Amino acid sequence: MAMFIRVDVDQAVIRKTPGLAAKLAESCPVKIFKAAGDGVDLVEDALDECTLCDLCMQASPEGVKVVKLYEG
Amino acid sequence: MRFYESETKKLIARHGVGVPKSGVARTPADAERLAGELGAPVVLKAQMLAYGKARSDTVRTAATPADAAKVAAELLALDDGGRKPAGVLVEKRPAATGEWSLAFTYDGTAKKPVMIGAAEPGNVEDIADRDPSKVVRRHFSALVPFSDYLAKEMVVALGAKSPDVPKMTAAVSRLAQLFLRYDLTQLDVFSLGRLEDGSFVAIDARSDMEVEGRPRQKAILAELGIAEDDRRLVREPTPFEIEAAKIDAEDPRGVAGPVVEFDGNIGLVIGAGGGSLTLTDAVRRVGGRPANYAALGGNPSVRKAQRLTKLILSKPGVKQIAVMSNVVSNTRADLVARGVIKGVIEAGLDPAKTIAIFRVPGAWEADAAKILEKYGVEYCDRTVSISEAAKRAVDKIGR
Repeated sequence: MAMFIRVDVDQAVIRKTPGLAAKLAESCPVKIFKAAGDGVDLVEDALDECTLCDLCMQASPEGVKVVKLYEG
Repeated sequence: MRFYESETKKLIARHGVGVPKSGVARTPADAERLAGELGAPVVLKAQMLAYGKARSDTVRTAATPADAAKVAAELLALDDGGRKPAGVLVEKRPAATGEWSLAFTYDGTAKKPVMIGAAEPGNVEDIADRDPSKVVRRHFSALVPFSDYLAKEMVVALGAKSPDVPKMTAAVSRLAQLFLRYDLTQLDVFSLGRLEDGSFVAIDARSDMEVEGRPRQKAILAELGIAEDDRRLVREPTPFEIEAAKIDAEDPRGVAGPVVEFDGNIGLVIGAGGGSLTLTDAVRRVGGRPANYAALGGNPSVRKAQRLTKLILSKPGVKQIAVMSNVVSNTRADLVARGVIKGVIEAGLDPAKTIAIFRVPGAWEADAAKILEKYGVEYCDRTVSISEAAKRAVDKIGR
């Protein structure tokens, strides 16, 4: 169970853009995303390894949101 | 990593400096045969990595080959940090007409290699303790090639007379060059002896190589028959240390090691830019008893910090940890904070009660502070000095 990071994914947005799922899986340095068909699965064990690099949010500003659970 | 004397002498001989005729005996029968071949009396030296033993225990003489077998049997039974000695060096001790001591090491203050010598045999450090005026020092460079001129200056300062100067200069110069070439951190020649014919021989010697130098020195290590997994530690690693090495090896991100186990009560999760040594010293200086030494750095993953923390907390007698470092740049304070808190919680403990201090200033410290605040742990930034952090940790955990 992740304690520090939550990643919200809008699968509808991911599926709408061809190749986006593969791009998310490839760009994440700590392998949080796993391509599953047109969408992505999240690797629960990897969430707290998130380095907050924002590459996923840059790849899909509408489809991915990284939330710091220790804020707010 | 430490070399046995027999290996040090192979290095010395390889660089053209004389060494006594010798052989390594693995059994008493070997020693008897070698003593016969070399011609008794002979000197027998247990090949040990732990130097703590009294010299009289590890270096003996034998008047006959039969004596050599008896003495070798006793030396081979000695304890070398939980191991048996790696054989017995059987030497024909040459008759020296003059003896000097030399040491090559690094001067941490001058940040340069230094050669230190005295006009008598022995450990230069002991000679300096007894009478500093007897000791001569000359710094040299690790960057530019060693100059014979420096060796000559040293030799003259050691009181060598003109017939000896050229040969002794050559010996000192070659020793300095091999010190640099093989990434040695220490090369001691306890007795550089002048023989009747005017030649110089390294009679007693020992050396240590920088562990980080091993990849560069594969060829010479192979030539000496030292296997890649032969770590040459002064004692065998404990299960705790083996587990820590496993944690480091299983995750390529960052470094969690070396980790060394001590008997104390303060778990240390420490590192960054030489910070580990400074922090361990700082804890000891204020009367603290570290349960371990660690070096966490190089931007470790959250999982690596988590596993190391959990391991340290698994040590009997360790109830609290001090997480401290020098100012970090590539290592991220927030990732260390995440890992440490996860490790504490996985160990079934409360971070607020278990983390006595968290002083990891530098990259992403604002996030680290927020993470710690959520779990009731105070974050100390760089305004809290290393000494103050160590004192606070020891005050909380107890001496």
